[in-house]
Amino acid sequence: MMKLKVENLTFSYEGRKILDQVGFCVKDGEFVSLLGPSGSGKSTILKILTGVLAPQEGRVAADGKEIRGVNQVFAYMPQNDLLFPWKTVLENVCLYGYVHGNLEEARREARENFPVFGLAGYEDKYPSQLSGGMRQRAAFLRTALCRADILLLDEPFGALDVITRGEMQDWLVKMRKRLNRTVILVTHDMDEAIYLSDRILILNGSPAKIGGEIVIEEKDRGREWLYDQGRLRRTIHQYITGGISPDNSKEREDG
Amino acid sequence: MENSREGADKMKNRRKTDLIPAVALAGAAVLWELAVRIFQIPGYVLPSPIQVARVLIQERAVLAGHGLVTVGEALAGMGISLALAVALGIAMDCFPLMRRGIYPILVVTQTVPMIVMAPILIIYMGFGIGPKILTVVLMCFFPVAVSFCDGLGQVDEEYVNLVRSYGAGRWKAYRLVKIPASIPALLSGLKVAATYSISGAVVGEWIGAQKGLGYYLIRVKNGYLLDKVFACVAVIIFLSLCMNGLMRLYQHMALPYLKKNTL
Repeated sequence: MMKLKVENLTFSYEGRKILDQVGFCVKDGEFVSLLGPSGSGKSTILKILTGVLAPQEGRVAADGKEIRGVNQVFAYMPQNDLLFPWKTVLENVCLYGYVHGNLEEARREARENFPVFGLAGYEDKYPSQLSGGMRQRAAFLRTALCRADILLLDEPFGALDVITRGEMQDWLVKMRKRLNRTVILVTHDMDEAIYLSDRILILNGSPAKIGGEIVIEEKDRGREWLYDQGRLRRTIHQYITGGISPDNSKEREDG
Repeated sequence: MENSREGADKMKNRRKTDLIPAVALAGAAVLWELAVRIFQIPGYVLPSPIQVARVLIQERAVLAGHGLVTVGEALAGMGISLALAVALGIAMDCFPLMRRGIYPILVVTQTVPMIVMAPILIIYMGFGIGPKILTVVLMCFFPVAVSFCDGLGQVDEEYVNLVRSYGAGRWKAYRLVKIPASIPALLSGLKVAATYSISGAVVGEWIGAQKGLGYYLIRVKNGYLLDKVFACVAVIIFLSLCMNGLMRLYQHMALPYLKKNTL
């Protein structure tokens, strides 16, 4: 079943066109990565979906209903963890409860999830007292506690060192079933996209458009394959650099 | 273990550094005392620190009575300044055009000497507590308003976008993000204002009052009782430092996250 449909998104900022007729669909429960180089407009797409930015053209629909402005369909996890330094970890992850006035329920749910997210015992600590990985997990818990159907993850592990990043990716793979949500991940890391996603949408060009799409098969997922620097990695690189166009991608892959 | 030893060493060093001003002050007092004794300076020209200390003890009840009045005026003025600064700060942050219009006026008001403004206030408002509180407000409002306004302006817009994406409206974004994020800046302004507040009240009382440290100061000055003048000045300094200390204590208690403690 189609969960999200994005059609012809066009967005300009200060006279510069960032997105040009971007369109894609996401199925219910699917994990889709938007992959592209830095500055290609990936985060802009997420900000449009959350309603923080308004597109000049285009349409976004979830479950067949058109969405405009700030909405409850998406839960956004920004690039930096953006934990409020003045709030404890528990208060931070209950942000949705603070905004919508159901704080008690949010607290109860958060406490239940602290051990799952590896944060047990840190409820009353401040973000400055956590390690980088723990901060990201806290930010992820804050996002997961939203009553939204679709999680938008904007380079969630981008600020972490390689080892912690790998650990967090492994952790997210384990969390997928438990979360049971549709996820859109923005990343510029090919390995991360391949390891985590069901499907990768590749943004290229300036202004950006969807330049290609790759479905990740289960056999391709896994650390062992990533270490081999395989076929898909090369194909993605060709998409980004414009070596192949979406129309003949199948042939190129087969060939 | 290593960390705790490092922390203890840092604390020890900090205590040592904290003692330096006290030692310097004590040294200056000793020199002052010696100078008065060696050069036999009369009390009506320059009283010695011991004479001032003696007056402080003898006049403690009178000074405490006048001091309470001054502290009351200072606290009232600080409270009004805080309320006005928060309201105006939010309004200026909400409406950039208003900020552009009001901010320069705020700066200009600070160029008018308070000693000129105080008599005008007394002409308009009489000899009651009103003009004294207003003098404090005029002295304290500016640092509080400017620091709060700057604090609001420096909040990372990403935080605001985050709560907006969670469904928060404009006011909720202020309540959840902008105001709490600006509290450290507000407290910086309050610390400066707290130090000014006692002086503000004294200036107001100086021009016309029936009680308060400013009134006491004028009375003893007119009688050439210089030891009492110095004693009163010492009380004013002490109270100003207390007000500043109060703000620091509040910051320490209310903003525990500012204490450095990272993994």
